[in-house]
Amino acid sequence: MEIKQISVFLENKAGRLGEVTKTLADAGINIRAISLADTADFGILRLIVNKNDEAVKALNAAGFTTRILEVVAVEVEDSPGSLARVMELFQKSKVNIEYLYASLEGKAGKAVVIFKLEDHAKGLELIKQNGLSMAEAF
Amino acid sequence: MIFNPAQECMDNEARKKLQLANLKNLVEMLYTSVPFYKNKMDSLGVKPTDIHSLKDIERLPFTTKDDLRENYPHGLRACPKDRIVEVHMSSGTTGKPVVDEYTMKDIDIWRESMSRTMAAGGCTKDDIVQNCYGYGLFTGGPGAHYGALNIGATVLPMSSGNTARQLMVMQDFDTTMLTCTPSYALYMAEEAADAGIDLHKLPISKGCFGAEPWSENMRKEIEKRYGMKAYDIYGLTEIIGPGVSFECEAQDGLHVNEDFFYPEIIDPQTGKVLPDGEKGELVFTTLTKEGTPLLRYRTRDITFFQRESCSCGRTTVRMHRLFGRTDDMLIIRGVNVFPSQIEQALIEIEGTEPQYLIIVNRGESHLDDVELQVEVKKEFFTDETRGLEALRAKIEGVMKSKLQIGVKVKLVEPKTIERSIGKAKRVIDNRKI
Repeated sequence: MEIKQISVFLENKAGRLGEVTKTLADAGINIRAISLADTADFGILRLIVNKNDEAVKALNAAGFTTRILEVVAVEVEDSPGSLARVMELFQKSKVNIEYLYASLEGKAGKAVVIFKLEDHAKGLELIKQNGLSMAEAF
Repeated sequence: MIFNPAQECMDNEARKKLQLANLKNLVEMLYTSVPFYKNKMDSLGVKPTDIHSLKDIERLPFTTKDDLRENYPHGLRACPKDRIVEVHMSSGTTGKPVVDEYTMKDIDIWRESMSRTMAAGGCTKDDIVQNCYGYGLFTGGPGAHYGALNIGATVLPMSSGNTARQLMVMQDFDTTMLTCTPSYALYMAEEAADAGIDLHKLPISKGCFGAEPWSENMRKEIEKRYGMKAYDIYGLTEIIGPGVSFECEAQDGLHVNEDFFYPEIIDPQTGKVLPDGEKGELVFTTLTKEGTPLLRYRTRDITFFQRESCSCGRTTVRMHRLFGRTDDMLIIRGVNVFPSQIEQALIEIEGTEPQYLIIVNRGESHLDDVELQVEVKKEFFTDETRGLEALRAKIEGVMKSKLQIGVKVKLVEPKTIERSIGKAKRVIDNRKI
């Protein structure tokens, strides 16, 4: 099961990130995972939220530039080596990872890692074949 | 369409004769009725009787914007007060405003000039002209209004601003022609796109745009977004307002209404008159004005003349679209840079909007730093830092090759650079020199 991720373009300007979180808060949106990739000049904020359509609507109305992408959210055991095994799997099958970040969300004893894969379909297939479990409902 | 073929297609020798006769009258009038000009001419040792040929104009003094400010409000009036029927003024954002006082004859000259201008842009009595130049002391609104009215078109006197209402009127009243600043035309097109209005489906098919320098690429952008022909027009409050010169259907230089406004190009440093084809500062003498006529007014605008005849049939001299202004020109690390060059380059790069801001700072090393803020197109945002970094690097590369200087590019969010309803502000120069 794929998960939708909302990306927000942020120019490097004081208070801009705060405006995103305020906009989402005002719209009653819950953030389940968040990551900020930044360069000297701009940032890209990546978000997994509980209500995608409403979040995008609120962000666009507040003047933010957004994009929705499909990502995969893999559940891994909260123990040494769990992530390494997933990575090895991707590596063997030559599925390139564009970026990843982890969510605090998850069942007891599990962590959720969000992957943006170069070949999304191939990655999904790989996960299914190897019996990895994916987070579906955030 | 040529509004006044007798004047616009006049034989060059006949025109020169007319210009000389009017120049002699003007100099005589200024010498006897405006002490400012008498003093200037006396200090140069030149008398009205010294003017025998058009070339003798070079012996006469220049008038500068500072002269106008120092003589604010009535110091340059050349006729009795009761003959003045209308007054216009520049905004005065960079100092005291400059004033233009019109007699009824001056209004007639203006109306005629703008009729020629609007007609060259395709305006006929069947047109619905949406005039979004500002009305008021600014000359843009009333100038286009007089011209369109004189042609017999229907005028929608919108003035500038309230874009939602502009778009409503554009649709409901079947506007066929648009008059405003080019930056406002682009802004309206953006707002129309956001509101889901397809401008190509509307009858709007042409427009006269001026009051700020703009590039050939910006013209293409406006023409593309509206599905129209976009014509450059030129004027300034000091000379009459819009209508000093205009593009015809050839879109190859602006025909000067030179029976009214005698043009010269000078070297801005030395004041020497330059030959045709050489780039320099544009200077105008108002040959026929009565209220506040000006002798050799230095416009600070940079252009050059094309004297060869135009395919449209007009014989008047053409000025190339403006390269910028002497006071807009940035000298960055010794290199002359005009904002219009930056705009021209930006429109060629996919992924950016033609909206930008140039910020110049002088760092501790006493070197100039230029930051160019550029808006990323909404559709171009792809969630990848790589893509955006590549865009930034590309813009920096293009600027380096076109301007010969390094510019630091900052990508900013769409629609965050302030849109203007009048003249766009493109440069913030923080250098204290």
